[in-house]
Amino acid sequence: MSKKESFRTEIRLSGSGGQGLMLAGHILADASVIDGYRVTLSKSYGPESRGGASRTDVIISDEEIYYPEATRFDCLLALMQEACDKYVYDVKTKGILIVDTTHVKNVSVMNTKVYELPFTNIAKEKLGSVLPTNILTLSFLVKITKAVSLESLEQAIRETVKPAFVDLNIKAMNLGYELADNYEK
Amino acid sequence: MAKIPQKRIHKYLRHNKKFPHVWCPGCSNGIVLGAIIRAIDELKIERDDIAMVSGIGCSSRMPVYVDFNTLHSLHGRAIPFATGIKFFKPHMKVIVVTGDGDSTAIGGNHFIHAARRNIDITVVIVNNNIYGMTGGQYSPCTPHDDVATTMPYGNIDNTFDICKLAIGAGASFVGRTTAYHAIEAQQMIKKAVSHNGFSVVEVVSACPVIYGRLNKKGGAPEMMTEMKENSITLKGIDKLPADKKEGKIIRGIFIDEKRPEFNDKYQQLVDHLKEKK
Amino acid sequence: MTTKKTEKKSGKKNVKKRVLLQGNEAAALGALDAGVNFFAGYPITPSTEIAEIMATELPKRGGKFVQMEDEIASICTVIGGSLAGAKAMTATSGPGFSLMQEGIGFAKITETPCLIVNVQRGGPSTGLPTKPSQGDIMATRWGSHGDAPAIVLYPHTVKETYELAIRAVNLAEKYRTCVVLLLDEVIGHMSEAVTLPDVSKYRVVNRIKPNVPPEWYKHYDENQKYLSPVASYGEGYRFHVTGLVHDAYGFPTNNSNEAAIMMHRLKKKITFNIRDLVQIESFHMEEAEIAIFAAGIVARSAKQAVIKARKEGIKVGLIRPMTIWPFPDDAVRKMLKNVETVIVPELNQGQMIHEIERLAKDKDDGKIIKMQMVNGELITPTQILHKIKEVN
Ligand SMILES: Cc1ncc(C[n+]2csc(CCOP(=O)(O)OP(=O)(O)O)c2C)c(N)n1
Ligand code: SF4
Repeated sequence: MSKKESFRTEIRLSGSGGQGLMLAGHILADASVIDGYRVTLSKSYGPESRGGASRTDVIISDEEIYYPEATRFDCLLALMQEACDKYVYDVKTKGILIVDTTHVKNVSVMNTKVYELPFTNIAKEKLGSVLPTNILTLSFLVKITKAVSLESLEQAIRETVKPAFVDLNIKAMNLGYELADNYEK
Repeated sequence: MAKIPQKRIHKYLRHNKKFPHVWCPGCSNGIVLGAIIRAIDELKIERDDIAMVSGIGCSSRMPVYVDFNTLHSLHGRAIPFATGIKFFKPHMKVIVVTGDGDSTAIGGNHFIHAARRNIDITVVIVNNNIYGMTGGQYSPCTPHDDVATTMPYGNIDNTFDICKLAIGAGASFVGRTTAYHAIEAQQMIKKAVSHNGFSVVEVVSACPVIYGRLNKKGGAPEMMTEMKENSITLKGIDKLPADKKEGKIIRGIFIDEKRPEFNDKYQQLVDHLKEKK
Repeated sequence: MTTKKTEKKSGKKNVKKRVLLQGNEAAALGALDAGVNFFAGYPITPSTEIAEIMATELPKRGGKFVQMEDEIASICTVIGGSLAGAKAMTATSGPGFSLMQEGIGFAKITETPCLIVNVQRGGPSTGLPTKPSQGDIMATRWGSHGDAPAIVLYPHTVKETYELAIRAVNLAEKYRTCVVLLLDEVIGHMSEAVTLPDVSKYRVVNRIKPNVPPEWYKHYDENQKYLSPVASYGEGYRFHVTGLVHDAYGFPTNNSNEAAIMMHRLKKKITFNIRDLVQIESFHMEEAEIAIFAAGIVARSAKQAVIKARKEGIKVGLIRPMTIWPFPDDAVRKMLKNVETVIVPELNQGQMIHEIERLAKDKDDGKIIKMQMVNGELITPTQILHKIKEVN
């Protein structure tokens, strides 16, 4: 999405607890800080974070952010059917929906731009683990939306994940970019 | 009875405005306070280095009379207040004076957790078997069948053995004596204060005005005599036939062990983190 | 600390540190920067991060951290630490805050400085542990029995949480009382990009030690000015502290004259210093005909609504108390005089609105409009905007 003179990008990462979306949100927010934007990161807490539908909202702007929850999403990432059903109608008309078809089987939207890929399965096949699915999808999202710069995203990943997992996650990041570049082509 | 030098006590009392004290004639609280003061005097601890902390109750009125750093806190909460003082100023000797209700009913949770932590605080419990201050309601230490204003037909509830409770919770020094055995109390408190860890001294005491009257125990002299005759040392109890053990007050030090103390362990952590830097 | 420090050149010469900081982290960092060196607490959502940060940070700095058996023990240990000379604090939420009430009264009557961070959750009892609510506004004022004033600060951003944490510690020391830093769950849990302020910019208030001979020392000196010397335990001044009504030395008294003096002293140190204590933000209030009165997270929704409404030509502004207790009476009176309508959105069934109504006594009905939400959701900017348009 293009950044005009003043912009406010609302991104919701949704799925179920344990899919690493809080960490992904944190990395995205960190990357926006490196880029010099204003950012708020808020998460749904509680039992939801242990299995039920969970969400992480990142709002990136070059202006003061008052209301910290995403209400109309420029981008919604849905890793679970339940989350997709719950939030899909709040995606902006020109917004973007990214779904993981490993878990999301029906997408009931009309005019939103939808990107569908079986991210979890791809991670399992190509990276040998479902764990980096969060970084894989986040990188895909960033490449598509240009919400933050790629350099900042990489820096944020390197600074946030545990040292032992940096390599795997950088691999996931590159795979995410690749998937984005090859999408539609 | 042995000669108890009164003069020694004087220097530790606050003379302006605080006397006469609030206790009834014949109450054991004064004896216990005297034993604490003499123990401190013998240990030659500076008054500036002593904090005396109490909860609420007749027994908890002690701190106001003595010239230490004194804190008369909330009902049941003396131990956490004392924990705060000891934790921030570990060089201080912190002594808690408390009643049986204060320490084992409303403050029971703090009592067991401080014991578990093994923080270097000495708790002197004046066990008069009743809530004195509020006029004679039953406490967790009121004997079965005894009368209290809230057990007018006799106590149907069970009682705590304070020393067993303390030992079970992890206290590293636990002893029991009575107000009749003033010198023994003094010596036991002395040991408890010197002990590095959580130490408990239960002093079985007489509340003649409330508990004594409600239970027709006679006056202070009769209650004192009963403490003398009905109590027995740890050594003595072993020699007693099983049927005679029932109902005896067992005096003595039940446990006195060296175990890692909370503040010491915390300081080790701080030092370790400093080294790592 | 999980936060990454990132250097960012802000275009100009000076390089400022910008970090992604959570509200609870900001509260902990602010308290540490204000010199807090003692924490006793009991974990409770949504405040737990504060205890976790303190558990990590304090031992490294030679400070003290202990997890107690409950919140009653926590506040009592905090007060004990403070009496021994510590800058002491705890952090909690609704159920724990309820348990602390007796201790709060004790800190107030004994004039012992301490800080409580209360990160509010919804509902009475266990309620909605992870949802926002502003249900404790009156509890922070009137929670403890008896009659004593309160100092309560209420930030609305992560950065302000840091700043008000410092201020809360300072006020506790200065006025020798228990100060509450009241947070919304959303503020406690959200992260924001914050330009970390220069700590040296903030004045840190420290206790002054007495130098009079111990016999002369009065723990509650009648002639005492704020920030007069105060002794700590174990330093040669063997003073007495009690939760009973006491005289200037701290000894209990039943004398009605001395009782009145003590009670008056507790009150006047707050009421005589309203100007020092009260802080408000006035947002787009120029020529406003409608005012919104909101605190904390709700004020953020209100700000967004005000900006939108102003763009549409509606003359609306916001008054936001950063100190909710003592209540900003003067600012509210002025607001009531200057505007036609006041909207009071809050995440409870009506608490701050009572204060506004108290000050509006002889104003006509219909001037004060309530907006209340207690379902665990936030009041959105759109909802406030609709209300503004409705009353315009
Ligand atoms: C929270 C609270 N509940 C109740 C009381 C009333 N109260 C004051 S002293 C006391 C009992 C004291 O009994 P004990 O601890 O055995 O001490 P004693 O007076 O017998 O020495 C009670 C119930 C109180 N002060 N605070
Ligand atoms: S009521 Fe009992 S415990 Fe209290 S002072 Fe009188 S005799 Fe002592």
